[in-house]
Amino acid sequence: MPELDSVVLSRMLTSLTLVFHIIFATIGVGVPLMVSIAEYIGIKKKDSHYILLARRWTRGFVITVAIGVVTGTAIGLQLSLLWPSFMQIAGNVISLPLFLETFAFFFEAIFLGAYLYTWDRFKKPIYHWLLSIPVVIGSGMSAVFITTVNAFMNAPQGFTLEGRTITTIDPIAAMLNPATPTKVAHVLTSSYFTSAAILAAIAAYSILRKKSNVYHRKALKLTVTLTLMFGILTAVAGDFSAKYLAENQPEKLAAAEWLFETEEGADLIMFGRLNESNEIVGGIRFPKLLSFLANGDFNSEVTGLDQFPESLTPPLWIHYMFDFMITIGMYGIGVSLLYILFMRLKKWNELNKPLLWLLVANGPLAMLGIEFGWIYAEVGRQPWILKGYMKVAEGATTSPNVGLMFLLFLALYTALGVTCVVVLRKMFRNNPVELELEHRYPNVTKKDDSKWTT
Amino acid sequence: MDYVMIGITALWLFLYGYLIVASIDFGAGFFAYYAKRTKKDHVINKLISRYLSPVWEVTNVFFVFFFVGLVGFFPDTAYYFGQTLLVPGSIAIVLLAIRGSFYAFENYGSKENPVYLFLYGATGLLIPASLSTALTISEGGFIQETENGVILMTKKLLTSPYSWSVVFLAIVSVLFISATFLTFYANRANDKQALALVRNYALFWSVPTIIASLTTFIALSQHNPRHYMNLIDLWWVFGLSIGFFSLAIWLIFQGKLYGIAFLCVMFQFFFAFFGYGAGHLPYLLEPYITIYDGATHESMGYALVIAFILGLFLLIPSLLLLMKMFLFDADYVKGKK
Ligand code: HDD
Ligand code: HEM
Ligand code: HEM
Repeated sequence: MPELDSVVLSRMLTSLTLVFHIIFATIGVGVPLMVSIAEYIGIKKKDSHYILLARRWTRGFVITVAIGVVTGTAIGLQLSLLWPSFMQIAGNVISLPLFLETFAFFFEAIFLGAYLYTWDRFKKPIYHWLLSIPVVIGSGMSAVFITTVNAFMNAPQGFTLEGRTITTIDPIAAMLNPATPTKVAHVLTSSYFTSAAILAAIAAYSILRKKSNVYHRKALKLTVTLTLMFGILTAVAGDFSAKYLAENQPEKLAAAEWLFETEEGADLIMFGRLNESNEIVGGIRFPKLLSFLANGDFNSEVTGLDQFPESLTPPLWIHYMFDFMITIGMYGIGVSLLYILFMRLKKWNELNKPLLWLLVANGPLAMLGIEFGWIYAEVGRQPWILKGYMKVAEGATTSPNVGLMFLLFLALYTALGVTCVVVLRKMFRNNPVELELEHRYPNVTKKDDSKWTT
Repeated sequence: MDYVMIGITALWLFLYGYLIVASIDFGAGFFAYYAKRTKKDHVINKLISRYLSPVWEVTNVFFVFFFVGLVGFFPDTAYYFGQTLLVPGSIAIVLLAIRGSFYAFENYGSKENPVYLFLYGATGLLIPASLSTALTISEGGFIQETENGVILMTKKLLTSPYSWSVVFLAIVSVLFISATFLTFYANRANDKQALALVRNYALFWSVPTIIASLTTFIALSQHNPRHYMNLIDLWWVFGLSIGFFSLAIWLIFQGKLYGIAFLCVMFQFFFAFFGYGAGHLPYLLEPYITIYDGATHESMGYALVIAFILGLFLLIPSLLLLMKMFLFDADYVKGKK
């Protein structure tokens, strides 16, 4: 049991806030794109079902955005409150993307307000759709900018340090560090993947619950297709992330893969456990796959933990975080592929119960994937807060009250999380699709059109 | 002007922006709650929610912009304020979080939930009180540098007349700014009943506002004579502020030109706020950080200034669009859209 000093407590509080924020941030990045796509299809096909889909998604989205915004404000302030020395140094070098991020927020916030309150205000519906574009761009850009900050912590560059003082700064180089491209790509695609998976889970659940109707089936088809698309892109981007790691942060990859010795043609090991003498017991072994993941060549050399002093390597349990993330990615791609196959092969019913339940599970799982991925990325950077420059322990506050604040925020997030779920449930219970369809689009046929009957 | 001056001016401008838009929002929360308690909610609450719904997130961004920009331009502030403000800062975050999310819950989710409305109203007054602590601390005298880093002298802060006068000023200004804005908005919406009510609020809160301003001045002269003398040198700025205040009250009292009256209130606070800020310089935190020795490197400073200017090109048209849609669109304001 480590002692609960202000360093450990600061890490706990940072983790708590981030683990909570990332849920809503991911939805905040991903859902606007889904809304925009649905509305566009609705306008092009003149199909009110898709428009209603966009409308109802947006309504739920406002609730989650609110929590995203307030928890984001919390982490923004906490960075200075909990890591004052880190921010004093990093603030010098990396403030440009943080600053740009606030403009992205502004942009998003302004147009989100406009989008929400103007559904029926334009003669041409496409004008309303145009308002969704800045929201998609704004939230995407905020993810891009904040991810460059995180990338900088992994691959700091763009400054020279003499003693404890920074003598020159190149803000652009700091932003465009080697970790940025792969990280940004993977964070964006995984946000889109997760949001699509969650919306698909909701559609699948609705079909399981009620008798399925056209509205839900269209929703499911759209969202599962998007899940598959972004799932594949996520995996590709993840593969690039691994290649980045192999080249620039080999100790993170080696710790995740329990690669103790540098070797050629290294195997990829999923799960398993370590015995007392650090030997791997059990698990699934994919021969030479790690070499391929790391360098795109099955016989290439992968750096192992033997190249690093033990005090500079991350804890080995991140292996499981990495494995869970990858498993979830494979699962998400797998079930959505299955659904699409079933749909294409007319003989099979893609709306069978087991498949729908698998799709329901994919929503929460994808969100867990995000959490595991971040924990892997963050803990994998240990003991550094700024790799090669500053250790976590040097960055933390020395204030004696962090423990109390941890409890305060734990209570806050619990209250917010619970109320969020309650409010969302109530919102959709009290206003079921059927009623809203009839109310808003009375001339849409309620009977299934033949293409959809099963 | 060098990048340091541009930086601090831009930040101060955004803080001023936050002061105005957040005051409208915070005060409106309190009035909505108060109207509910006194069974007058049917008169004004619809009006309040029509204005606030589309803009609350924008309000929050003003604040985020300010503190992110502050740490960017003046990284030393992260160290001194971060180290000392953990507790008051965390309390402010919690209040902001409760306010923002429960506003959304109330407004988009379960309408008319009394608990949500109470939280929304109460936080409206507590947030300005807790945020104003940062300004109080910046006057110096409340921070001690020890070998374990800097610490906040909490007891001294809680017993200082200056600190309480700032809290008082923050709360009453919020209510005053908000009431004058709502007067303007109710008039635009042609809502006679609501207008009568909020106009009374505006006139009522003008008195404590001016009293609190004077007491804060006096308390400052005791707490930080250097700053006080600087303010005396800038007497004409505060004269202008009082002039605009009087004009605003006169217009509202006469019952005409409410739009101009609200503009006057904005000018009143603009001059007071910039006068206060100018007198505060060169210190950001007395006596530890000045804008010159605490500033970031030149290259980063210029990068931020360029980003800021480019950002404004994006921001100003978008804000104008938002205002055109929700503030100056007569049909929307009247509730016809
Ligand atoms: C649902 C989400 C999700 C899914 C299915 C995956 N990932 Fe991931 N992964 C993330 C969500 C994520 C993330 C949350 O976005 C992380 C955390 C930090 C980051 O940059 O992205 C991440 C980090 C991350 C890193 C560390 C990057 C770094 O520290 O710089 C690697 C090497 C991978 N991923 C690789 C993969 C591979 C090979 C996958 C194969 C399917 C995969 N990920 C699926
Ligand atoms: C992009 C912006 C991010 C930044 C700037 C950032 C920064 C930090 C900092 C300063 C710490 C404390 C030092 C440390 O323990 O390494 C930390 C730790 C941590 N962060 Fe991140 N983080 C980011 C994203 C995330 C996200 C989105 C998550 C989501 C789950 C996350 C999960 C964690 C966890 C679990 C820890 C604790 C590590 C430990 O206890 O060992 N981070 N991060
Ligand atoms: C240390 C890390 C982070 C910090 C300091 C941070 C900061 C913030 C702040 C201050 C806000 C509120 C902005 C407002 O008032 O509108 C916010 C919201 C948001 N954040 Fe974070 N953030 C972090 C991590 C992340 C990550 C990793 C992502 C994306 C993958 C992300 C995406 C978002 C999005 C999209 C929003 C807008 C709210 C929404 O639409 O839900 N943030 N963040």
